[in-house]
Amino acid sequence: MARDPTVCVIGEDVGHYGGSYKVTKGLAEKFGDLRVLDTPICENSFTGMGIGAAMTGLRTVVEGMNMGFLLLAYNQISNNAGMLHYTSGGQFKIPIVIRGPGGVGKQLGAEHSQRLESYFQSVPGLQMVACSTPYNAKGLMKAAIRSDNPVILYEHVLLYNLKERIPDEEYVLCLEEAELVRPGKDVTILTYSRMRHFVLQAAKTLVERGYDPEIIDIRSLKPFDLFTIGNSIKKTHKVLIVEECMRTGGIGASLRAAIVDNFWDFLDGRPECLSSQDVPTPYAATLEDATVVQPAQIVVKVEQMCQGLV
Amino acid sequence: MAASSLASRAVASLSPSISTGASRDDAGSSSVVGFHKRSSAFTGRRVRISSGHGSSAAHGRRSCVVAATAAPVKESPPKIADALVTREEGLELYEDMILGRCFEDMCAQMYYRSKMFGFVHLYNGQEAVSTGFVKALKKDDYICSTYRDHVHALSKGVPARQVMSELFGKATGCCRGQGGSMHMFSKEHRLLGGFAFIGEGIPVATGAAFNTKYSREVLKDLSVDAVTLAFFGDGTCNNGQFFECLNMAALWKLPIVYVVENNLWAIGMDHFRATSVPEIWKKGEAFGMPGVHVDGMDVLKVREVAKEAIARARRGDGPTLVECETYRYRGHSLADPDELRKPEQKNKYAVRDPIAAFKKYLLENGLASEADLKAIEKKIDEIVEDAVEFADASPLPPRSQLLENVFADPRGFGIGPDGKYRCEDPAFTAGTAEV
Repeated sequence: MARDPTVCVIGEDVGHYGGSYKVTKGLAEKFGDLRVLDTPICENSFTGMGIGAAMTGLRTVVEGMNMGFLLLAYNQISNNAGMLHYTSGGQFKIPIVIRGPGGVGKQLGAEHSQRLESYFQSVPGLQMVACSTPYNAKGLMKAAIRSDNPVILYEHVLLYNLKERIPDEEYVLCLEEAELVRPGKDVTILTYSRMRHFVLQAAKTLVERGYDPEIIDIRSLKPFDLFTIGNSIKKTHKVLIVEECMRTGGIGASLRAAIVDNFWDFLDGRPECLSSQDVPTPYAATLEDATVVQPAQIVVKVEQMCQGLV
Repeated sequence: MAASSLASRAVASLSPSISTGASRDDAGSSSVVGFHKRSSAFTGRRVRISSGHGSSAAHGRRSCVVAATAAPVKESPPKIADALVTREEGLELYEDMILGRCFEDMCAQMYYRSKMFGFVHLYNGQEAVSTGFVKALKKDDYICSTYRDHVHALSKGVPARQVMSELFGKATGCCRGQGGSMHMFSKEHRLLGGFAFIGEGIPVATGAAFNTKYSREVLKDLSVDAVTLAFFGDGTCNNGQFFECLNMAALWKLPIVYVVENNLWAIGMDHFRATSVPEIWKKGEAFGMPGVHVDGMDVLKVREVAKEAIARARRGDGPTLVECETYRYRGHSLADPDELRKPEQKNKYAVRDPIAAFKKYLLENGLASEADLKAIEKKIDEIVEDAVEFADASPLPPRSQLLENVFADPRGFGIGPDGKYRCEDPAFTAGTAEV
């Protein structure tokens, strides 16, 4: 925002309140109420307003207070953010970033625990990235703002408390690249967002037991970085996807199809996928835990794969 | 004009007795107090409207010019002091309305000859709204429309050739054939669309207006004073985005005018069956902006209101809601059998044809001669003919065009298995690469 005066933030409580998860804390004081615009509660309209502003020259960052609220903005995100560059024959670009916290939290209830990456992934013309650490959050946010494409940046409700030393100076990550988190040779584990941390937790156990998993945080949910993913599969011949989306129609489902299409010859067995249950996320802690993938399940699955039991 | 004049008119105007059509009388009740008596060319006299047969018979296409076939109106010596427009302005307005009517009639012909497809929504009858508003704008101002957007595009300056090509689905269309009838866009002419879902253009227009405010107050560029017009219909006024945007625009005093083209019908849904409070102009007040009602069949009244609302926006005094009472002579789209609208209602509005009325006004006030107007009609005939020929002769988009505009930055297609960005694959732009 300091570098480019056309960058502005639009959303509920982003200004004076500093954001529901304090992502925009201090920005309104620094840049003013018009650049960090507190909107009334009308997601479809203020997202559309962000799109109209982007079409005419601004670089808007629209925040969904919870990504689930952006279901109300689906009309604008699909028809106008995703498709308008195409239907206008390339005349108008929409350099918008749509971001916010999503995913399953701690007993937030079904409606606040949604995985919008699953619903938006089909919309043509959108790019989608998911950050998972303070380091990649900064780099991906900058890349998304500077991109001329409409980018949806998925943050996770439970990852805002992560602490990490990151460079003060500017760095911009590549929107289309995946991140090799841990090199290995036994199995390729593809994951993103909060599940990255569960996978790393499971990896500790796996390493103790003598396994050598290669862990890739795919980051780019649309498009997939098939180069990084492919190189890994060519090495390990086994792939496990660990995601928070539901079994049906999630990122994992699409990724499995892409892997089968492109790397069939390199696979020893079918690509495996651990996803959340196809249920509205329950409030009760035990049920909520049963809805999402847990580190213990990841350990079991990897062991089965490496022992040829699946 | 004082900033409060619009507001006071809204409050002071008679609530037009809008019921099932019977009392929407020819006097064209309007809140533009003081002008309608002089500018109104409506006398209630019936004129028959038919299509003339023009010079294009050789091509097997009927000329599309609508000409009143009543007794010719006597030309009068100029009464310049009384007239509401200059001769120049008058001719410009007339030409624009004729272009709109002629173009749409040609669309109907071309559709039935299978030159254009899908959903095509024609604007016949509503020309006064487009002409009245869009011709009051500056070049840098924005407009945002709906699926009934051909005439808005033409009024704003998009060449007829480009619009017709787009309708034919040719590569020379204003959107390279990728948008179609419902998605007319022009960056050069500041037409922000062309939208298929009702209401979804209103936030986009509101965003363009926000940009003007942002440019002036954050970027400190006072040379930016673009006003945005959002056009939409009566059906849209029951949609959430309408209300949400009225609220935001009034809250932040955005330089926008919301123009309701109330033609009483949303496909087959009668406005009075769908709306608890049918007077749409009243809803402006609920959000703290002036709500104005105007006779949308009278181009001069529309223009009067338009100029004031646009000036108000440009001054920074905020948005206005303008309800234009108008009518579409054709069905909702070319696929609509139009069985629900009663002949009595259609006839009532047929005699209020904005073009015939304005023609009468020009002749009676000595602003133009029959010959002048005939010359314009002929000129437009030729423009529309030329547009059809151009579109006919234009090439269809090649397969290689398919993926070109999906992303502004084609790196969005990602990195392929070979490590290169997919868009770097030469087969990509040949249209043979797989995505």
